[in-house]
Amino acid sequence: MVNEKVILVENLTKKFEDFTAVDHISFDVHKGEIFGFLGANGAGKTTAMRMLSGLSMPTSGKAMVAGFDVYRENEKIKRNIGYMSQKFSLYEDLTVRENIRFYAGIYGKSSHFIKEKTELVLDELHLTAEGDKLVKSLPLGWKQKLAFSVAIFHEPRIVFLDEPTGGVDPVTRREFWHMIYEAAASGITVFVTTHYMDEAEYCDRVSIMVDGRIDALDTPQQLKKTFAAISMDEVFLKLARKATRAGD
Amino acid sequence: MKQFFAFVRKEFYHIFRDRRTMFILLAMPVVQIIIFGFALTNEVKNSKIAIWDQSKDVATASLITQLEASRYFEVEQSINTAKEIESIFQKGEVKLAVILPPHFDEDLRHFNKAQVQLIADASDPNVANTLTNYASAIIIDYQNRITDERKLPYTITTEMRMLYNPELKGAYNFVPGVMAMVLLLVCTMMTAITIVREKETGTMEVMLVSPANPLKIVIAKAVPYFLLSAVNIITILLLSVFVLDVPVNGSLVLLVGESLLFTLVSLALGLLISTKAGSQQTALFISLVGLLLPTVMLSGFMFPIENMPLPLRTVSNIVPARWYYSIVKSVMIKGIGLHAVWKETLILSGMLIFFLGLAIKNFKTRLA
Repeated sequence: MVNEKVILVENLTKKFEDFTAVDHISFDVHKGEIFGFLGANGAGKTTAMRMLSGLSMPTSGKAMVAGFDVYRENEKIKRNIGYMSQKFSLYEDLTVRENIRFYAGIYGKSSHFIKEKTELVLDELHLTAEGDKLVKSLPLGWKQKLAFSVAIFHEPRIVFLDEPTGGVDPVTRREFWHMIYEAAASGITVFVTTHYMDEAEYCDRVSIMVDGRIDALDTPQQLKKTFAAISMDEVFLKLARKATRAGD
Repeated sequence: MKQFFAFVRKEFYHIFRDRRTMFILLAMPVVQIIIFGFALTNEVKNSKIAIWDQSKDVATASLITQLEASRYFEVEQSINTAKEIESIFQKGEVKLAVILPPHFDEDLRHFNKAQVQLIADASDPNVANTLTNYASAIIIDYQNRITDERKLPYTITTEMRMLYNPELKGAYNFVPGVMAMVLLLVCTMMTAITIVREKETGTMEVMLVSPANPLKIVIAKAVPYFLLSAVNIITILLLSVFVLDVPVNGSLVLLVGESLLFTLVSLALGLLISTKAGSQQTALFISLVGLLLPTVMLSGFMFPIENMPLPLRTVSNIVPARWYYSIVKSVMIKGIGLHAVWKETLILSGMLIFFLGLAIKNFKTRLA
């Protein structure tokens, strides 16, 4: 089971009236992999991710997530994934502990499990002293790390991260990526969209979306070789230049 | 069930930590009852009047005394020329002028007939109406006293009884109205806003990705507001009974039951608004303009529905508060039972099913 495929996508398409947001994309993601999902604004990343996480119904194509079909087994998928949205998604007027308890509660975890794991997570984040403070009093970087811990608190098989490091300082970004590595090492598959090309280098494999299609998919090293580029930044620019769609 | 409680608990945290919300939810009913009870009243009390007594005889003196003796009027000033009438009305303090022509007593004695002219400031027609009615009543009363002294061949005397509200208190009218308004504001506006807020902040998205049933999420949002509405219903009833002396003449159980039914209709409307509104401002706007305004204008609370033109009367049928207002008046003030309000109850139940069905249909499990 080394190469178990936890996400399997074939010709997945999403049309909004006459606009094709996602155009026949195909790829697969292995267990424990950190899969980078890159693309300019408006390339269709978020739409693709929403289809995989059960928020949006595909127009056509096939997709299996954690072994379940996105059309029919929506509910089973939800049980097996975690999600961290672009917008900061913790409740500012709840304390750190209350936020954890709430999100764990909606995944139906037992109070015993929640109690024990909360202390563990707070300890890892060095937030034990701030556990009973309102989230709005924390600096953005801490909130972001907390949001990630909350997204994987219920121990999902896959976690979807939609631009998780937007607006975060470089030091916190590094710490954040450290957390992503740890999660991947524990067997959680990480599906992450990002704008930052240096972050793309941290991924095991990277796909680059242009105008709703996947134009490149490989390890960062291989991509740089193929496109004769010295950095992912250059790879991305070479591909993105072909885009006809205006970003938003 | 554990999931459900996690949601409800979270919702209570939101409410209790936001002082403004808390204030709107719990203090508003008290403030409204007090404002309506003591400040905004249609009742006439110590209204200032002017008198132009052109005969200054025994009869006019006794009539003026009688006007003054009533608690409705206070003679502010006496005038002596026709010109003065205009100028005192323009100052605005005096709303009614009583004009007694010359030879009042003589006319009364010799011709059995005398005239009194009442001039009212009708820039506020309701006040003008009330004042002239009260003044005429006192004058008729005076006439009756004299006719008792001199036997007339025939007289028709009218005897009036004001049923259900013998003292003609305004509170009997507005308590049901305030109940409708408060429940609507608390349930519809607050529910719509909290759901839309979660859409705005992105937390709704995270919840929709979770295995939680969307219907459960929404019902859990409504539960705290339902409980708070129950508290508000009790507060309003206690205030009206003990502070405003408006009795609950009918069955308390029926009254509370009907109020809870109306609460559910309001909650369903709030959910419906939240499925349509994209931002908190839109939700607020729809709740205020689309609901509160028709509730105030078209429920019969401010203006009687029977006097409205047909198009407005037709529109008033779809305003839930109209039916609730009518139920509260019947049960609380007139003291009649379910047999008299079953039609209204049925209409509210129908509205509940309709709005709830529509809200559930519109609620998107998937965002697109």
